[in-house]
Amino acid sequence: MYGGYALGFVSLFLIWQLASLYVVSSVLFPPPTVVFSKGLRLVRNGVLLEHLSASMQRILAGFIAGSLLGIPIGLAMGSFRPVRKLLEPYTEFLRFIPSVAMITVAVIWFGIGEGSKIFLIIYTTIFIVILNTAAGVSAIAPNKIRAAESLGATRAQIFFHVALPATVPYILTGMRLAMANSFTTIVAAELIAANDGLGKMLWDGRLFMLVDEIFVSLVTLGLLGFAVDRMFRWSIYAFAGKYSPAT
Amino acid sequence: MPLVSFHDVGKTYRSLQGVDDVAVEHFNVEIEAGEFFCLLGPSGCGKTTVLKMLAGFEAPTAGHILMEGRPVRGASRDRAVVFQGDDSLYGWLTAIENVEFGLRMRHVGKAERCERAMHYLELVGLKGQEQKYPAELSGGMKQRIQIARVLANEPTMLLMDEPFAALDAQTRSLMQEELASIWRTTRTTVLFITHDIDEAITLGKRIGVMRAGPRSQVKGVIEVALNGARSRTDDVFLQYYRQVHDMIRDEVAKAMAK
Ligand SMILES: Nc1ncnc2c1ncn2[C@@H]1O[C@H](COP(=O)(O)OP(=O)(O)OP(=O)(O)O)[C@@H](O)[C@H]1O
Ligand SMILES: [Mg+2]
Repeated sequence: MYGGYALGFVSLFLIWQLASLYVVSSVLFPPPTVVFSKGLRLVRNGVLLEHLSASMQRILAGFIAGSLLGIPIGLAMGSFRPVRKLLEPYTEFLRFIPSVAMITVAVIWFGIGEGSKIFLIIYTTIFIVILNTAAGVSAIAPNKIRAAESLGATRAQIFFHVALPATVPYILTGMRLAMANSFTTIVAAELIAANDGLGKMLWDGRLFMLVDEIFVSLVTLGLLGFAVDRMFRWSIYAFAGKYSPAT
Repeated sequence: MPLVSFHDVGKTYRSLQGVDDVAVEHFNVEIEAGEFFCLLGPSGCGKTTVLKMLAGFEAPTAGHILMEGRPVRGASRDRAVVFQGDDSLYGWLTAIENVEFGLRMRHVGKAERCERAMHYLELVGLKGQEQKYPAELSGGMKQRIQIARVLANEPTMLLMDEPFAALDAQTRSLMQEELASIWRTTRTTVLFITHDIDEAITLGKRIGVMRAGPRSQVKGVIEVALNGARSRTDDVFLQYYRQVHDMIRDEVAKAMAK
């Protein structure tokens, strides 16, 4: 499994290297060797880490807050019809307004600092988490609930010991999708309004024609996203045996 | 006084188009404490509907059901249910944790819980499988977990909805023998639903035969006076088979003709 990945990555960088040397030989398309040596320099002088941690902190803060808000709302919507009816207009309306479209409003409301970024990540996280959690609750086999009832479980016990664990894989899947969205959103937000972050690095690269730095930022985003997504897939997989929705 | 009695029980379902569909009507049956009662009927006649009402999952739309003299209202731990499929097992719990579920909900101590769960897992022949998850077990094993789970909860009554219908013939007859011997030792009252005449005669002390739906009711009740292990090749068994078969034949034909 890991051997396959390693081979995949090596071939990716090999093709890139060959393409930039022989196909589109240009300073506008640097080969990976140049990008990596530039990246190494930016790691050494601390610049890359600074941008990286700025972006990651925003993502984590918004993502955790969005999930912590989204999970209970989703559970409530999935469990109680009136709550669903009440909140569906909000979720069904707002989820079609992309977070990128909210950047201007966010900056007007929360300024150019951390507030607007975290707001945008929460915004992009919460609806997906709500939707997946609610779908998970409605997918619970009625016989699981009935069995608990006739084994003497109270309503609260049914919620915590049946509904919640049965929904875990759906919640994790929602969070995984939300994490992917968070990357898109943070880069867009930092491109437009930020003093640091990987998006800001991209923007500066364009302004000052630092093509190598642009590529360092892009590769960092790709690797970071890949690593985080692996973590989610792994935890969904680890839970799947126990928290499998199928049985 | 019987343990359970159905008095003119009826259930009408209303379809999405607003059409009323009377599944059962004037359903009358009495089940004695300690009895193994089989409810036999053609597909779609309303057997599951009757079980759901006694379990308390659905309320009758006519008549009333009494248990120990009190009307049935909602599910309760005195009426444990073994469901037809395996979707009622908790996939995130091991076999033993599934069996302990009811005890855990009642805050029975860990040591006692474990001991009782192990006892019933052994009774259904699942010793050594207790740390496996349901996804790792066969269909027959999953049904045994369900049976151990309800037995461990020590209900007044067991409601079983075609628990062996999805099993192969060999496993099924093995499970029937196991259930019969469990019943002989525990003497828990059982309402057992089936559409298999053999199964009803093998297990039941009395067999209630239902008419084809709609407006289904009990056509007749047959007392099975067989003691101990019942062999399908006995003359007496065959006589019962013929008796039940004669009673249900027309109903199956009606059910198919619909
Ligand atoms: N939730 C429901 N809504 C509407 N109609 C229903 C519902 N449940 C059952 N019915 C109808 O009631 C009748 C009896 O159904 P039931 O499931 O009780 O039959 P059954 O005897 O258990 O059949 P089988 O042997 O196939 O399991 C059927 O005509 C069915 O269509
Ligand atoms: Mg049925």
